[in-house]
Amino acid sequence: MINFCINGLEVSVEEGTTLLEAARFMGFPIPTLCYMDGLSPYGACRLCVVEIGDGPKAKLVSSCTYPAEEGLRIRTASSRVIRARKMILELLLASCPQSKKIQDLASVYEVQQQRFRQEYENCILCGLCTRMCEEQMMAKAIGFRGRGEKRSIGTPFNMQSDVCRLCGACMYVCPACQLRCTYTEPEKAICGACANLSPPCIEKEKFDDMMCYMNPCVACEIKKD
Amino acid sequence: MERLKSIDDLLLLQDRLIADRDLTIPTIVIPAGTCGQASGANDLIRITKRELLNKGLTNKIHLRITGCHGFCQMEPSVLVEPHGTFYPRVGLKEMVRVVEAVAKSEILEDLLFVDPETGKPVEKQSDIPFFKKQVRTLLSRNEKVDPIRIFDSIENRGYMAMAKILSNGNPHWVVEEVKASGLRGRGGAGFPTGLKWELLAKQPDGHGKVLVCNGDEGDPGAYMDRSVLEGNPHLIIEGMIIGAYGTGAKEGVVYVRNEYPLAIKHLTIALRQATDLGLLGEDILGTGFNFDIKLVRGAGAFVCGEETALMRSIEGKIGEPCQRPPFPVQKGVDGKPTLINNVETWANIPIIFESGSQGFIRIGKKETSGTKIFSLVGKIKNTGLVEVPMGITIGEVVNGIGGGPVEKARIKAVQTGGPSGGCIPANMFDLTIDYESLTQAGSIMGSGGMIVMDENTCMVDVARYFMNFLKDESCGKCFTCRKGTQRMYEILDDITRGKGKLAHLDLLEELAHVVKDTTMCGLGQTAPNPVLSTLSYFRDEYIEHIEKKRCPAGVCKELINYSINKNCTGCQLCLRTCPVEAITGKKKECHAIDPEKCIKCGACKAACKFDAIDVK
Repeated sequence: MINFCINGLEVSVEEGTTLLEAARFMGFPIPTLCYMDGLSPYGACRLCVVEIGDGPKAKLVSSCTYPAEEGLRIRTASSRVIRARKMILELLLASCPQSKKIQDLASVYEVQQQRFRQEYENCILCGLCTRMCEEQMMAKAIGFRGRGEKRSIGTPFNMQSDVCRLCGACMYVCPACQLRCTYTEPEKAICGACANLSPPCIEKEKFDDMMCYMNPCVACEIKKD
Repeated sequence: MERLKSIDDLLLLQDRLIADRDLTIPTIVIPAGTCGQASGANDLIRITKRELLNKGLTNKIHLRITGCHGFCQMEPSVLVEPHGTFYPRVGLKEMVRVVEAVAKSEILEDLLFVDPETGKPVEKQSDIPFFKKQVRTLLSRNEKVDPIRIFDSIENRGYMAMAKILSNGNPHWVVEEVKASGLRGRGGAGFPTGLKWELLAKQPDGHGKVLVCNGDEGDPGAYMDRSVLEGNPHLIIEGMIIGAYGTGAKEGVVYVRNEYPLAIKHLTIALRQATDLGLLGEDILGTGFNFDIKLVRGAGAFVCGEETALMRSIEGKIGEPCQRPPFPVQKGVDGKPTLINNVETWANIPIIFESGSQGFIRIGKKETSGTKIFSLVGKIKNTGLVEVPMGITIGEVVNGIGGGPVEKARIKAVQTGGPSGGCIPANMFDLTIDYESLTQAGSIMGSGGMIVMDENTCMVDVARYFMNFLKDESCGKCFTCRKGTQRMYEILDDITRGKGKLAHLDLLEELAHVVKDTTMCGLGQTAPNPVLSTLSYFRDEYIEHIEKKRCPAGVCKELINYSINKNCTGCQLCLRTCPVEAITGKKKECHAIDPEKCIKCGACKAACKFDAIDVK
């Protein structure tokens, strides 16, 4: 067992546990876009960063890939972490405003502005689909191509893949292209998100003791009517 | 080649080679590294060979073709041994004269290097200010060795450190000696080499350990690793054998980028020669010690210089960095414990064992010992490779060895550490060159690139240039590195086009800090350095671009205008040079530029002899 400290709480976990798994198990929420149970961690979205170490040696690491170490001190929501997450969300909003997942996270972290040139992309290159295809579907039909700004996901040479079974798992896991946000002002990246609306179902007093598990929330759909 | 069966065989071979050496016969040394060949060294070699054959001088004059000596500005150059006469920028006709003069033991006064300060010709290479102020422990070996002849290397102390270690027979002592030498990794991060070796030596020897020589030198304007790989590959091979002996590794990999064909050629030959001679492979020199080195060629990604990406590339996968821990020394190439050192680090190893760790530690500063090769390029008189002891000040390198600015414009800054380094302004040139002080100043040591900039360089444009490089070379795995560099480029590009706003500067700074904080590998963590350092030292230039829509250095095309002043004599030279016919005017009358047509290429300014073109 490895003993370490999350947000001042002494915890002990099995060897090989990542910081993200440990923190989530202890009830500390950490946002992620490229992490999924059952797939190998990749560390692409950087939203899951946490602060480790002390003083001038303190640094941010991606909690999904960092293994728990004896005596480590981690902070999952320090001001440095929040600042970084806000900026990452701002960058995400600037590229991919139509993803509901990103919009919801942005409103949770109270991102108020988007100061970059607005783009409308469909992919944040989180690599969930390629890992799903390789690790769970055993197909390896799609993968990364190119580097830097020319990086993209696709089949080799963009030809129809022989190994692809059209199972659709890649689409199912995608945080950006599934669950499109249908906000009304496309020029302004921040839609306010469903998370900001008070859902009508829990406004009613008789549901006060309950928590809604509807995901995605249907509140915005109701409001449209 | 006959295989050497024992350490004594090697020592005997060396004695024989030294005894056969006739010091009375002059040798013409022609540096023909990639830089030399590009400036015409191959033609000089051809002419020299022809002259020697035609005049029957083959027994009276020797010819040695070597790697780069460092003074690339003056190439193609010729060095005549044993006197040490240095002829810079030798033409084909002059080469014939040089051969004649060497045959008669004369010195051609008119071809010698002229000291710009005194205006007098300098005979010996060692008296030229550029060489005089350096401590050339690594580069001076390039002069003595023909890289494709292993006997040259053995004659000049090559493989002697290895022989010493094999006869000593104590791997523990090898690691301790490297630790005591205070050598730190020359790749940029400056991790103590001895400590790294110790970590590998302590790893359990389950499936074998791997040593890697990182020769993926991708910085624009930096080529120190290339010069060592091309000029003295045996030094690296020897260093790696010593490393293998100390740490218990059985496999070695030299990773060289494919853009260095000559280095690959020389290294391939050197590896084969060393194997044939029994210095590499199984049962080295009959001691029962096995170590083999293979050559892996990189496929051209800057990020593959990063340790974890390099390992993926060696395995044949996409060159993408991975999370550390596990560190390469725990789990590296194919899951085996791996030690990765830079070319220059490996080249320093034999030197440590020749002089002893105590001899090595005397060079340079206490905590960072030894010498470091820098590639000094940019707006400076003497460009080339300079090898200086650690702890020297930037000013001494730039103004002393580099000889100061080329033209009238004053030197403004120096950019160290390649694209992800920072710019250090001229008022901080007292800063000593070592890992800590450069990091503190917002730059990095990097692998040793040093780009000098003068007042005609726009710092915003410099930051934009490097960000453009990095946004293409980021592997794209980390979102913040991929998008962050892209967005920083976008903002910088806007500023150079006069579309910037003051609020952009804060955004730029905020973004730069987040990119530095949240990325996984060294590339992303250092990528914002050009932006942050120029923002802190040259903020006024940014503000001038934004508020006054003016580029003080006259670089950013959208913010400048070309015009002709009263100095114009009407010579029509610019009129003929202009590619878009934007200049009009009659002979002997003042010309004018049509701003509508002008594409701001600067051809007229370069052509004008009367300083009549204004850039505002």
